[in-house]
Amino acid sequence: MSFSFTAGDSVGEYFKRYNSNELLRFLTCGSVDDGKSTLIGRLLHDTGRIYDDHLKAIEADSKAHGTQGGALDLAFVVDGLKAEREQGITIDVAYRYFSTARRSFIIADCPGHEQYTRNMATGASHCQLAITLIDARHGVSTQTRRHAYIASLLGLQQVVAAVNKMDLIDWSEARFRKIETEFIAFCAKLGIADPIVVPISALTGENVVSRGKNTPWYSGSPILELLESVPICHPAADAPFRMPVQYVIRPSLDFRGFAGTIASGSVKVGDRVRILPSGRETRVRRIARAPEDGGDLSIAVAPQSVVMTLESEVDCSRGDVIAGIGGPCDLIVAQSIEADVVWMDEAPLMAGKMVMLKHATKLTAARVIRVRHRVDVNTLQTHVADTLSLNDIGRIEIETELPLSFDPYRKVRQMGAIILIDRTTNATAAAGMIRTGDAADPHAKRAHWETAPISSVAAPVGQSLVSVRERSDRWRQKPIAILFYGPSGSGKTRGAFALERALWQRGHAAIVLDGQMLRAGMSRDLSFTAEDRSENLRRAAEFARILLDQGFVVILSMGAPQEKARELAEQLIGAERFMAVDCTQESSRDSGAVLQRVMDRITLS
Amino acid sequence: MNQFTHLDILEAEAIHILRETAASFERPVLMYSIGKDSTVLLHLAMKAFWPSKPPFPFLHIDTTWKFREMIAFRDETAARLGIDLRVHINQEGVRQGMSPLTHGSKMHTDVMKTQALRQALETGKHDAAIGGARRDEEKSRAKERIFSFRDRNHRWDPKNQRPELWNLYNTRLHDQESIRVFPLSNWTELDVWLYIYRHNLPVVPLYFAKTRPIVQRDGMLIMRDDDRLVLKPGEKIEQRCVRFRTLGCYPLSGAVDSKADTLEKIIEEMLLARTSERQGRLIDHDQSGSMEEKKREGYF
Repeated sequence: MSFSFTAGDSVGEYFKRYNSNELLRFLTCGSVDDGKSTLIGRLLHDTGRIYDDHLKAIEADSKAHGTQGGALDLAFVVDGLKAEREQGITIDVAYRYFSTARRSFIIADCPGHEQYTRNMATGASHCQLAITLIDARHGVSTQTRRHAYIASLLGLQQVVAAVNKMDLIDWSEARFRKIETEFIAFCAKLGIADPIVVPISALTGENVVSRGKNTPWYSGSPILELLESVPICHPAADAPFRMPVQYVIRPSLDFRGFAGTIASGSVKVGDRVRILPSGRETRVRRIARAPEDGGDLSIAVAPQSVVMTLESEVDCSRGDVIAGIGGPCDLIVAQSIEADVVWMDEAPLMAGKMVMLKHATKLTAARVIRVRHRVDVNTLQTHVADTLSLNDIGRIEIETELPLSFDPYRKVRQMGAIILIDRTTNATAAAGMIRTGDAADPHAKRAHWETAPISSVAAPVGQSLVSVRERSDRWRQKPIAILFYGPSGSGKTRGAFALERALWQRGHAAIVLDGQMLRAGMSRDLSFTAEDRSENLRRAAEFARILLDQGFVVILSMGAPQEKARELAEQLIGAERFMAVDCTQESSRDSGAVLQRVMDRITLS
Repeated sequence: MNQFTHLDILEAEAIHILRETAASFERPVLMYSIGKDSTVLLHLAMKAFWPSKPPFPFLHIDTTWKFREMIAFRDETAARLGIDLRVHINQEGVRQGMSPLTHGSKMHTDVMKTQALRQALETGKHDAAIGGARRDEEKSRAKERIFSFRDRNHRWDPKNQRPELWNLYNTRLHDQESIRVFPLSNWTELDVWLYIYRHNLPVVPLYFAKTRPIVQRDGMLIMRDDDRLVLKPGEKIEQRCVRFRTLGCYPLSGAVDSKADTLEKIIEEMLLARTSERQGRLIDHDQSGSMEEKKREGYF
């Protein structure tokens, strides 16, 4: 029994014991009639988690709707909502709690009907271990294979198969061994190490909480003993330090605390850290904690929620990641990623779909570039596909408006997980596990102008009857293009329009070409891949060249993150007519100085 | 080296949820209901934003039928911690003379709690309301999300909930929609008490056994907190040593006979108990599935 607390025991002692309990989160999955609810009911009942008044309600429910001829139906312990009770099915993931003297447990109970993929992926995302129910009469089924596949996809470390209803096959060892062999072989294909197979009867309790008399040939442990003894890996603890910044706490000018939950690894006061995506380096000054809670920490470890201050005044806010330096692997920063996704929305996924993407504490607009393939979860074969429907699993490429700082999911779960949100309905449309980013993708396509030579011959001005000289005299200026570039929020658009205004007041003829403006029309076919960003800049540069030839000053406001693309733009326009302003630099904020530089270039001698 | 106990993990998770709420919503509010779960929630909120105060107000829906000791504890706590505590009473209900004794628990709860809550959330334009509910309290809560979506009419649709994966909460809303946030979702009653014990948090004295004026009604032990509770023929006040496992409106909260007058004794009693905490609440007993129906209508 779990609550080995009897009258006369000391609460202080009990607390010490309970307070040293580890937490194991596991899921249970199975088909409709595999007896999953009965198994959970059995675990809760036999560990003393069901109170007398609940038991009375279950007895009443058993008589009214039970499947055991009015006898106590333990499935009613877990079959919660009225709608599903009446339909006789569970419709969603439900969470249950129990503890023993050794561990505390959270069960994610995943129903096995048509929504199984979505439900099981949801449950698995919170768990370390999966128990899949197999009906001993039917053996390893398509459903069993699906469950094992989803468990492996979501990165669960342990898989247990409970071969239930052994009482209905006369406790046949031969039948059990056949199922066991088949299941282990299938898990090997998925790369699941050391799956455990247990013969049980949830109805009679055999090998659930304690060993039964009917399976003397089974030398392994009953389910509960397994749950109490499987090693709980904290995969995150040995991984490099990562903390996505959730919230900045600023009670006064001399305290700037970065609050977050450590996703992986550990950090000590004085450690060198890097802020991503900016890449700035600094050191940890304090891991702050209230004096009444025990005061500052010298070290913090995943999954603690902490607040830390940094040595230098670096730019760092929600959505950034504070990462360790010099670990076994570096955080990847990319705006183009490849991920495996479980599609959860009624409306199918098609290439080009714009979504909101949440990764760690960052929310960004994103676009699905293409669907690579769909996985047939029954055969594990991949099929070329261009859409994903509800409950499909597949691989896709996504581009994000803001850069993501991530680890591949298989390395650090919390740093490689994403959800996609429908922009119109706000529904959670997909769960995703990042595999790689563009930096690691050798097949990333290059924009056309990066491979083809640029024509050095200026485009013919055409049959204009107005000469270059005449234009120059009319506008009283030498035409040049000024490129304001930098990430969103760097102030490039503000700078561009301020310059336009200043030139206007001085009687000059200037035109602004803004990247967002172009994307609304001229470049509406483009996405945010490196390739398409580059192409957008090419179009802007070509347009600028036409305007320059007609005597106008052109002000470009573009993200233009790639140095290569900026060089190409300069080459296309001509260095003598080109000027770049890096808006991430402090100097770019001095609009007077920028204006002076421009005036120097455009004033006629 | 990583020896985190389950209470540490639950604490870290709850703090994460509170910070996520503060960062993702325009006008969050924490529903403070004075009981033990609220006590833990309040402590976690103070911890999550230390050394700042929590960046959201606290709201108590006062039905005007709470135990007097609860109100005293509430005001004392707000003053001690220096938090922005707001109290809302459904004045229309007061004008109608709403009472659980004359109108019954269902109507009283609807007007003074559910309607009052809606008024307060609408007046405050709150897009997120943080509550102390736990999944283990009651069957219908087992499938409740941590970030639980409510439509424009504050309604919960159990068939149309957003899947919730990892700790990536979907906080996106349209105008007038809102989210209820439950940072203690994964805590059990025992976890709550042991956390209070671990941090020695002050709780309302009603949780401790003491001799109190009790009347037996409908099989429950009701404390006569003021003279609005009029005795029916045959009823009499007896002085009994009782305590409360859950706190609400005093005519709806059943006491239990107990001698547990310290935190340790309460925990000991709970560990030996064989009935669930909600049994002392009249509102859950109307019929099987009643909590589910209340929640669909917007009950917290």
